[in-house]
Amino acid sequence: MDISKLFAIIIGSIFINNFILAKFLGTCPFMGVSKKISSSIGMGMAVTFVMTIASSITWIVYNYILLPFNLKYLQIIAFILIIASLVQFVEMVIQKTSPNLYKALGVFLPLITTNCAVLGVAILNIQEGYNFIETTVNGFAGAVGFSIALIILAGIRERLEYSEIPKSFQGVAIVFITAGLLAMAFMGFSGMKI
Amino acid sequence: MSGKYYKEFIKGVFKENPTFVLLLGLCPTLGVTSSAINGVAMGLATLIVLIVSNVLVSMIRRFIPDKIRIPAYVMLIATLVTVVDMVMHAYVYEIYKVLGLFIPLIVVNCIILGRAEAFAAKNGVVASFFDGLGIGTGFTISLTVLGMVREILGAGKLFGINFMEILVGADKWQPALIMILPPGAFITLGFLMAGINYIKEKKHKEVK
Repeated sequence: MDISKLFAIIIGSIFINNFILAKFLGTCPFMGVSKKISSSIGMGMAVTFVMTIASSITWIVYNYILLPFNLKYLQIIAFILIIASLVQFVEMVIQKTSPNLYKALGVFLPLITTNCAVLGVAILNIQEGYNFIETTVNGFAGAVGFSIALIILAGIRERLEYSEIPKSFQGVAIVFITAGLLAMAFMGFSGMKI
Repeated sequence: MSGKYYKEFIKGVFKENPTFVLLLGLCPTLGVTSSAINGVAMGLATLIVLIVSNVLVSMIRRFIPDKIRIPAYVMLIATLVTVVDMVMHAYVYEIYKVLGLFIPLIVVNCIILGRAEAFAAKNGVVASFFDGLGIGTGFTISLTVLGMVREILGAGKLFGINFMEILVGADKWQPALIMILPPGAFITLGFLMAGINYIKEKKHKEVK
């Protein structure tokens, strides 16, 4: 296994091609659950959990079921089914095994099904032709990048509550501009060569 | 009778505009609007899926048991998106390449599932058709406007025509590249929303 390639995937997915700020995957929860740091940490953990597992399962299903039986055109349907049932399953398992974690993640889990980052990473992994380990690592790193951006934005938004904002910019408008500035900061990573 | 359908249509464009009012489907809104033509293409692809899914959901709403309705809708939408994906791959390959990942991601666009659940599951076929048409048109218009602003500021073009150079001369015009890069998407949408808020406030004051 080539460690340097894995390292490149990790840095690339977290910083250079950040899922939210460079690829625009998962913008809905980015705007929706970034009001408080505590809830954004919960969402980040839930997404990391689901995205890592979803990446590996969709890879297995694609390469061992869809490809051999020549069912490539069922990709979208199969993936969304896998993700939806996976989210349900994860919710049940967490509820039974760790009530505390369930309390922390509970509300966010159903939301993940419609998070485009999860389906997006599954399709991207197939398009890039990653092998199993690279797929899992990419899913995990992408989710970590997602969480980092989410938590940073939540931190800024908590401060924004106390600052004076022109009336027309109040609400979501200023959040979008903040996200734009954040994206600009993350663009600084784009020149990085690994 | 036709007045009612007109109302369903027009509400989607303004009062319940999916992008600027409901804040739904943000990923494609931000992701593909680096030029006006991409915005139009993405909007139309979503519009078609939305209309067909609204009509079909409305048709089968009496046969689907209440408990499994969400998975059923998701399956239906995923099938439609697969069809759109294949058709675009076959006939408009250039646009298909640019929109790329965002075409399969129409499945998880909350607008479509949202309309199926909130409108089509409770209303007749014709009303659902107009609801889909209205919301889809609103989405297309928002995407096109966003794409136009970004293309003019970021590349000095409009629908691929070198519009700013003709207007002010090539030597005086320097496009701001940042507007067609990812940060530009967030910033443009933020300013457009602030503009809409400003107009709303002004109208509100006039009414008072």
